[in-house]
Amino acid sequence: MGVATDSQFHVLAVDDSIIDRKLIERLLKTSSFQVTTVDSGSKALEFLGLHEDDEINSNQPSVSPNITQEVEVNLIITDYCMPGMTGYDLLKKVKKSSFLKNIPVVIMSSENVPSRISRCLEEGAEEFFLKPVRLSDVSKLKPHMMRSKIKETHHHQQLQENNQEHHKQDQEPIEHNLLESPEVESQQSNGSKRKSMEEETLTRQNKTQIQWWPYCRFD
Amino acid sequence: MAAVSQLQRQFIDYTTSLYNEGYLDDQFTQLQQLQDESNPDFVVEVVSLFFEDSEKLLNNLATALQQKSVDYNQVDSHVHQFKGSSSSIGAKQVTNVCIHFRNFCEAKNLDGCLRCLQQLRHEYILVRTKLEALFRLEQQILQAGGSVPVME
Repeated sequence: MGVATDSQFHVLAVDDSIIDRKLIERLLKTSSFQVTTVDSGSKALEFLGLHEDDEINSNQPSVSPNITQEVEVNLIITDYCMPGMTGYDLLKKVKKSSFLKNIPVVIMSSENVPSRISRCLEEGAEEFFLKPVRLSDVSKLKPHMMRSKIKETHHHQQLQENNQEHHKQDQEPIEHNLLESPEVESQQSNGSKRKSMEEETLTRQNKTQIQWWPYCRFD
Repeated sequence: MAAVSQLQRQFIDYTTSLYNEGYLDDQFTQLQQLQDESNPDFVVEVVSLFFEDSEKLLNNLATALQQKSVDYNQVDSHVHQFKGSSSSIGAKQVTNVCIHFRNFCEAKNLDGCLRCLQQLRHEYILVRTKLEALFRLEQQILQAGGSVPVME
């Protein structure tokens, strides 16, 4: 009980090239992931429930009241070079958003530019794939999604416990010192300055957006 | 059936020659490996998208290079797209021309760009012709009741 099957993992793929969208979709579906493809960073943010011009930081509890992240996204894989919002811009916006920042992001690029790669990893990308992307690359995605699920599960469990105690109060910062459990690997990539959970203000609104998954074990 | 195995042999030989002559690279094999009973037309679909996209890009490139004042960033962005799509389907020669083309864009060399465009069109038509022949062979095999060999 409690093993998350691949069909529960939903990947959002972002690429302005229709050929590459078709390819990444096939690669992801072959790997048994659910896939949604969009052709731009702004459409990706829309799908994720974030409005582009909203300034999202952990001090603000929420965005527009229209948000319902009805479909959970377990990973975002995006092309780097896109007109308008680049994959790097998208990465930054996701990582700045209090309710999206735990979604792992993977960058794809046709260009092998070391400074580009390190910049993306520093900003919090989990992986950087050179195009054309292959099945062997896609096979690296699952661990990131599973790690994220464990983190969210612990998060949610903590929220449940805290909400039982504070059910009378509406908005309250939740203490996260119990979240530092040894099994949960904090997602640090090269030089990333990820904010610790203590700084985050979680409200009831955010809580409804976090879906509860059974604790999943993996080898 | 002798006809089927003959067609299959033809298919294998033809595909092998496309790789040996540098028209296609391993990425094309990757595409074929992603095709299965649930997605039997995957390769044809992706390649068709590539054909459509390429023709659009070739037109855009011609237009961009005909401007009185050529916007080399615009030209480069079209070539970049072409490079990406050709590389995604394994059309190696086309990708190679794109690489040279981008160098001429960077140098703002109009002559170089025009020559590359010509070469690009030529390579594209070549690979398109060859892929269309390959797909026709596949159809013949399937119609004769055989299965298309999977290239390793």
